[in-house]
Amino acid sequence: MKKFSLTGFFSWLNNSEKSIKTTSSIIAILGGLLVGFIVMLIIDPPRAGIGLWTILTGLFRDGTRSFGQTIHYSVPIILTGISVAFAFRTGLFNIGATGQLTVGAFAAVYVGIHWTFLGPFHWVVAVLAAAVVGGLWGSIPGILKATRNVNEVVASIMLNYIGSFLTILMIKTFIYNQELARALPPAASAQLPRLSQLITTHRSSLNFGFIIALIVVAVTHIILNKTTFGYQLKSVGFNRFASKYAGINEKRNIILAMTISGAIAGIAGATMYLVPGRLMTIESSLLQEGFTGIAISLLGLSSPVGVLFAGLFYGALEMGGFYLQVTTRFVPQIIEIIIAVIIYFSALALFFQTYVQYVFKKAAHEGGALDE
Amino acid sequence: MTPAIEMRNITKTFPGIKANDRVNLELRPQEIHALLGENGAGKSTLMSVLFGLYPMDEGEIFVHGEKVDIKNPNDANKLGIGMVHQHFKLLDNFSVLENIILGFEDTHRGFLKYDEARKKVVALSEKYKLKVDPDALIRNISVGQQQRVEILKMLYRDAEILIFDEPTAVLTPQEIDELLKIMRDLTEEGKSIILITHKLKEIRMIADRCTILRKGQGIGTVVVKDVTNENLAEMMVGRKVIFDVAKGPAKPKEALLELKNITVEDPLTLQAVVNDVSFSLKRGEILTVAGIEGNGQTELVYGITGLRPLKRGSVFIKGEDLTKASIADRNKKGLAHIPEDRQKYGLVLDFSLENNFILQQFNDPRFQKRGFFDFKAIREYALDIIEKYDVRSGKGPLTYARSMSGGNQQKAILGREIERQTDIIIAVQPTRGLDVGAIEFIHKTLIALRDAGKAVLLISLELDEVMSLSDRILVMYEGEIVGEFDPEKTDEYELGLYMSGSKKEGVA
Repeated sequence: MKKFSLTGFFSWLNNSEKSIKTTSSIIAILGGLLVGFIVMLIIDPPRAGIGLWTILTGLFRDGTRSFGQTIHYSVPIILTGISVAFAFRTGLFNIGATGQLTVGAFAAVYVGIHWTFLGPFHWVVAVLAAAVVGGLWGSIPGILKATRNVNEVVASIMLNYIGSFLTILMIKTFIYNQELARALPPAASAQLPRLSQLITTHRSSLNFGFIIALIVVAVTHIILNKTTFGYQLKSVGFNRFASKYAGINEKRNIILAMTISGAIAGIAGATMYLVPGRLMTIESSLLQEGFTGIAISLLGLSSPVGVLFAGLFYGALEMGGFYLQVTTRFVPQIIEIIIAVIIYFSALALFFQTYVQYVFKKAAHEGGALDE
Repeated sequence: MTPAIEMRNITKTFPGIKANDRVNLELRPQEIHALLGENGAGKSTLMSVLFGLYPMDEGEIFVHGEKVDIKNPNDANKLGIGMVHQHFKLLDNFSVLENIILGFEDTHRGFLKYDEARKKVVALSEKYKLKVDPDALIRNISVGQQQRVEILKMLYRDAEILIFDEPTAVLTPQEIDELLKIMRDLTEEGKSIILITHKLKEIRMIADRCTILRKGQGIGTVVVKDVTNENLAEMMVGRKVIFDVAKGPAKPKEALLELKNITVEDPLTLQAVVNDVSFSLKRGEILTVAGIEGNGQTELVYGITGLRPLKRGSVFIKGEDLTKASIADRNKKGLAHIPEDRQKYGLVLDFSLENNFILQQFNDPRFQKRGFFDFKAIREYALDIIEKYDVRSGKGPLTYARSMSGGNQQKAILGREIERQTDIIIAVQPTRGLDVGAIEFIHKTLIALRDAGKAVLLISLELDEVMSLSDRILVMYEGEIVGEFDPEKTDEYELGLYMSGSKKEGVA
């Protein structure tokens, strides 16, 4: 006779939808790591173990510095992840986070270069500018969907390209550095303050971007789960007709949801470029962060808190990839493979959920037989 | 005689609910066997088990005396079991023929053998008098014809045992007559039929025997001609059911809702589907708009509630012109609406029950302060409605609306609309697809509302309901009101003539 009943635990797992989903996300991560490990085994069998160890422990490799660096890497991904997740929770698939991020980043850098009269508020205004411009860009597919019933996926994909090329044009016109063939750097006052300015012992590049990300996580979590505003957004997302029937202005809510999603992606853009050493380029390829956000949103089960952790996990892998490059002869692209596999597995989450449910049920059943 | 199907001790559990508890069912060859029970009694679950949609927890199934293991619908098809689902499984933009052969295509070197398929389909449709154009697109044919396509689909797969899941719920009276005749022909040709239903009238008309389920348990199997409708209803509900609604005389007072010459257009064809309709609805009466489906009743309600703008005319609620008002304003001014399509308009299926209960009232100060919800107040409100209206569900206020049975979804909507305490209630086919117990409850509720001094506008296709509930009857035909009747001084026959357009009177 044992006090703690395994059966009870399994049946709790079995009945709790959240736990099943979380478990399937964890299975996706383990699957990704396993595939990464297999790839390393093929390339260099003796050192595959060290490689995997390096990836997993990169986060702790250099104390608070690597820890801070990890968080720093994850900030834009957390933000784009939330951008996608927010839209998704309101029934919209924002595949245009990349475009919103790019135009937002331009707005931030433009303000960062030209509006130096703002003094200590310079970087704040630059971030806000990114949010406003990203939001406007996001509102376009929202307006098209609400008023003309244009599918937001198609509209936002197109706007990715329009936004990206428009930004190149704008960079060349307003903030171009001919010699480097890149944009000019934002003024020092526009750069996000480093947390090392507050905590003098800290040595990483971690900056205020992380605080912004935490605020965005908290605000979106509260909007979606606690407020009448979020209720309306979700209601319209789930069922436009019933929302209209109930007197909810469904058009306004679709536009608002896309605008907020775009604004968050815009902020992500600001956190990427309001830092020293990273300059906007005029390359005609789309920025990857927006698409990674889709994956992180999936992995985080479209909940702001889930996305926060999924994004941090992504940052840890990136950090591991950095050390992998330094200490072994594996290329950091292994990380990309691992992440890609995790994304595939996340997309297969439904399958995993069914499987996990089955396993739990069986375990609960067999456990029951044992207890008797 | 070996039974065509024998199900023994079938048990199936879902989280929080025992849907089938050791249920037995025996279907004899060439029999029409009715499966009767209230919504949520476990009829559909039992048939889904037979059709391989759900695995059963316990029990045995025998087909023609042999024990079988049905893992999925393909297994069922191979055993000659076919099912016409309540919600048809047809592809809108495929032709009738394509839908019939889908999943069962014969090919020759990778090409579909359309000609042979067509011959077989035409032959089947002639043999069983299932008239339907094989080349018509599904979206262009009537619901009755779509059902014939579903039947042909089963016959095309050589099904011998046919399951009909509430087949008459979506049909007009004439279509029902035709369907019942088709079913009779099918049994004469050697098929055996299980008919899932809760309409006693149909069972009486067509079924040989009837198995009754209540709350997941088999109550028994009876020979239909040996029992009365009262017996059946009692076995189904578990208590005596009153068929006739007790109702005192109406005491109509001032008009609460007035329509003046309203015209509503179809958004695609721009033709008037409601044409110059005027009437007023008074406090303390039940006014019924009767008519055959598709004569503008749906659009009339859209016009009143604001779901579709009026082309012409005006809507007055308590004397105030609200023609241009938003839906939210009309709701606040005293309009409650039990919509015709409960899954499209009535509920957000992916919301929990409690979130559905505050769909119009989420901004009410009772439930929120400065935009933040008071979850405790919402929970209490939800529990209250659930208890008052006997809404049954697996997880109470947290149940997703999607997972509830149709009858309980309807009770939830009814409860939500009535608890908003408005003066005007528009109920569009509130009892469609419901069982005897639920219908009785809804009828009683509507009469109680009338007696409490509310105004009820009822849109109904069921003449029984129209006759027993109404204080005043309007008949709608092709978008116009063609007659007004006192239920005491008319009968179903006279209403039928007006509903079909054979008779018409000038109504101001």
